[in-house]
Amino acid sequence: MSGLNKDHGKLIHMLHDTQKKFGYIPAHSISQISGELKISESEIFGVLTFYKAFALEPRGRHLITICMGTACHVRGGVQIVEEMERKLNIKVGKTTANRKFTLETVNCLGCCAIGPVVVVNGKYYSNITIKKVDAILKEYQESE
Amino acid sequence: MQKINNPEQLIEWKQNVLSKRPLYKKTIVVSSGTCGQASGSLQIIEALKHELEKRNLEKTIGIKITGCHGFCELEPNIIIYPGDIFYKKLESKNIQKVVEETILKDKIIPSFIYEDSRTGKKFSQQKEIPFYKKQMRVLTENNLKVDPTNIEDYLALDGYQALANVLFNMTSEEVIAEIKDSGLRGRGGGGFPTGKKWEICREFESETKYIICNADEGDPGAYMDRSLLEGNPHSVIEGMIIGAYAIGASEGIIYVRGEYPLAVKHVRIVLEQAKKFGFLGKSIIGSEFQFDIHMIQGAGAFVSGEETSLMASIEGRRAFPSQRPPYPAQEGLWGKPTNINNVETWANVPLIINKGAEWYSEIGTKNSKGTKIFSLVGKINNTGLVEVPMGIKLREIINNIGGGIKDNKKFKAVQTGGPSGGCIPADKLDLSIDFESLTKVGSMMGSGGMIVMDEDTCMIDVARYFLNFTQEESCGKCVPCRIGTRQLVDILTRITKGKGDKKDIEKLTDLSRSIKDGSLCALGQTAPNPVLTTIRYFRDEYEAHIKEKSCPALVCKDLIIYYIEPEKCVGCLLCLKDCPVDAISGERKKVHVIDQELCIKCGACLEVCPPKVSAVSKYTGNKRDRILEKASRQRVKK
Repeated sequence: MSGLNKDHGKLIHMLHDTQKKFGYIPAHSISQISGELKISESEIFGVLTFYKAFALEPRGRHLITICMGTACHVRGGVQIVEEMERKLNIKVGKTTANRKFTLETVNCLGCCAIGPVVVVNGKYYSNITIKKVDAILKEYQESE
Repeated sequence: MQKINNPEQLIEWKQNVLSKRPLYKKTIVVSSGTCGQASGSLQIIEALKHELEKRNLEKTIGIKITGCHGFCELEPNIIIYPGDIFYKKLESKNIQKVVEETILKDKIIPSFIYEDSRTGKKFSQQKEIPFYKKQMRVLTENNLKVDPTNIEDYLALDGYQALANVLFNMTSEEVIAEIKDSGLRGRGGGGFPTGKKWEICREFESETKYIICNADEGDPGAYMDRSLLEGNPHSVIEGMIIGAYAIGASEGIIYVRGEYPLAVKHVRIVLEQAKKFGFLGKSIIGSEFQFDIHMIQGAGAFVSGEETSLMASIEGRRAFPSQRPPYPAQEGLWGKPTNINNVETWANVPLIINKGAEWYSEIGTKNSKGTKIFSLVGKINNTGLVEVPMGIKLREIINNIGGGIKDNKKFKAVQTGGPSGGCIPADKLDLSIDFESLTKVGSMMGSGGMIVMDEDTCMIDVARYFLNFTQEESCGKCVPCRIGTRQLVDILTRITKGKGDKKDIEKLTDLSRSIKDGSLCALGQTAPNPVLTTIRYFRDEYEAHIKEKSCPALVCKDLIIYYIEPEKCVGCLLCLKDCPVDAISGERKKVHVIDQELCIKCGACLEVCPPKVSAVSKYTGNKRDRILEKASRQRVKK
């Protein structure tokens, strides 16, 4: 550890910024960061793929995140994931062909009292049932 | 106000804050943590502002926006002072009435106050509600009083007085002695005595030392750290500065889980405030002590909650744990002595300094002192954050504070300690909640998640859930953890699919032991706990899955069927319309039938069938087989 350059600590911070700016980590950003921090591209790639917050592919316009915490799980979170997958016709982690929706899961958002929880573009939806899934999607499908 | 240069100025400032406060006739406190905002607290605030402005009341009635009040089930809620009137689950359309009746006419609106679902008793005052009354809220109470983004609120409650006291009246040894005497133990899960930890780090000589606040709260189902950081972040910062003084650290890092945007925002704000007023930086409160804190945002890796992994992550590397020794106190972040404590531990520090070790050590049991915040979630009536003295009985938490199990179902187990913990069965309800007792029954304190499970929870499914979690989060460094947890998941999945083998229980146990022995960090060492405790206390459920191919809790999809009871079905077409795979046939006012071959067991029919009718049932075991047999006979006939 002691052999590391303290600038190395900026890496995750810069990846956060890049992710925020582009919605993913484009290849040219990796080479740019590599040059700035003097860290090899392969190492940066290793780090960014280790953490869930970073994506290598652009996400859809609307990011749907379903909480998979324990409390959401015992309250039927799995059924919500399956229903979303059916309705969007994609698996978790994927983006619809029209780049409209990306479906992701998260381990716990810490709002266990109101689970199952679905978050779309940062907006929280609480106590979700299979029936409510359609209504949530409609809100965004019609937002064009 | 400018930089504070001595303790007298701090006291002056506090008095100034108190005397300059607008004298509101009434103050409306809105709970607006993440849960509150998710349930609509921001709309409530807007409606309140609008309503008060409309009536020219904004100068006489105050609105205070605070972090989470703990009773998450009843969000969004408000408390009106004086009077301590607690209104639950409000909507913006209710606000006009609140202002008209309660604010202007002092009338309590019966439909907004809390009603105990079991006794039918109503409570208008926050403090009288059993959920709050039976807690001991020494840390969380201030969440009701503090606007987290306003440092003056914290000062009004003697904020930073402990720090001033430490800097000007105590040596670092005395601070450590005080923390040791208090008996405070780490709240992040390990339970290591905090004072001892500081002392070890203090003794290593180095020009640079670091302290870290571990706010990478990754345990699913635990969110007390989030609540403290959102609701009263200055208390955590003050604790860290005191710790830094005791240890002799010059730099601090607060590592906040990236999935907590509101906590990140509040920490950013309070760090700036603390710097501005001279609680961080050079010459803190005019003393010779200098110390600074910066925040790092996590990037979504559960293992980074482990201390050595956390440091790797701060250094911009993959969050791999490393061999101990050397311990962080010897060789931690950037190779320098480092002390890591969890959010709740840090928040306890100013409290101990202010009230004294003696006061603190009177709370709790012989070896576990103070209070602990638990997140009481799952199939429980009163979901929320509860702060209780160590040593309280599990039964008291679940029945008295939690208000019992949802929908009058039967209690089955409570899972504590997150993915590292275990499931505690009903016959252990009289267990004292402290570090040792929890370990003795095969679970652990962990960070304080308490997930209540009822008769409808399948314990094998729960074990599989946790193992799936640890398997995904295993960083992959140690083979037994990386491959072993995968094998555990495979075996558990096989069992839930009805393909379990007689020898599977034995295999799970053996494999679990190897994983525990062969892993470097706590993730691997504790990952098998959910499997081991469910085997220990719910072996019959494993056997039912393996031998009878049945899931007694009616959860495991491959072992159950959905069935429409012909004598109950009224033929309303609801389920038929909602079935995503068109597996239900029937006509209006004629009995509907599920085609078992098409059914994907999503449960939509059960959800939409009106409660009055409740014609959809789930079956497993013999009954399931009989129904399936009958269905296949009918198919052959056709």
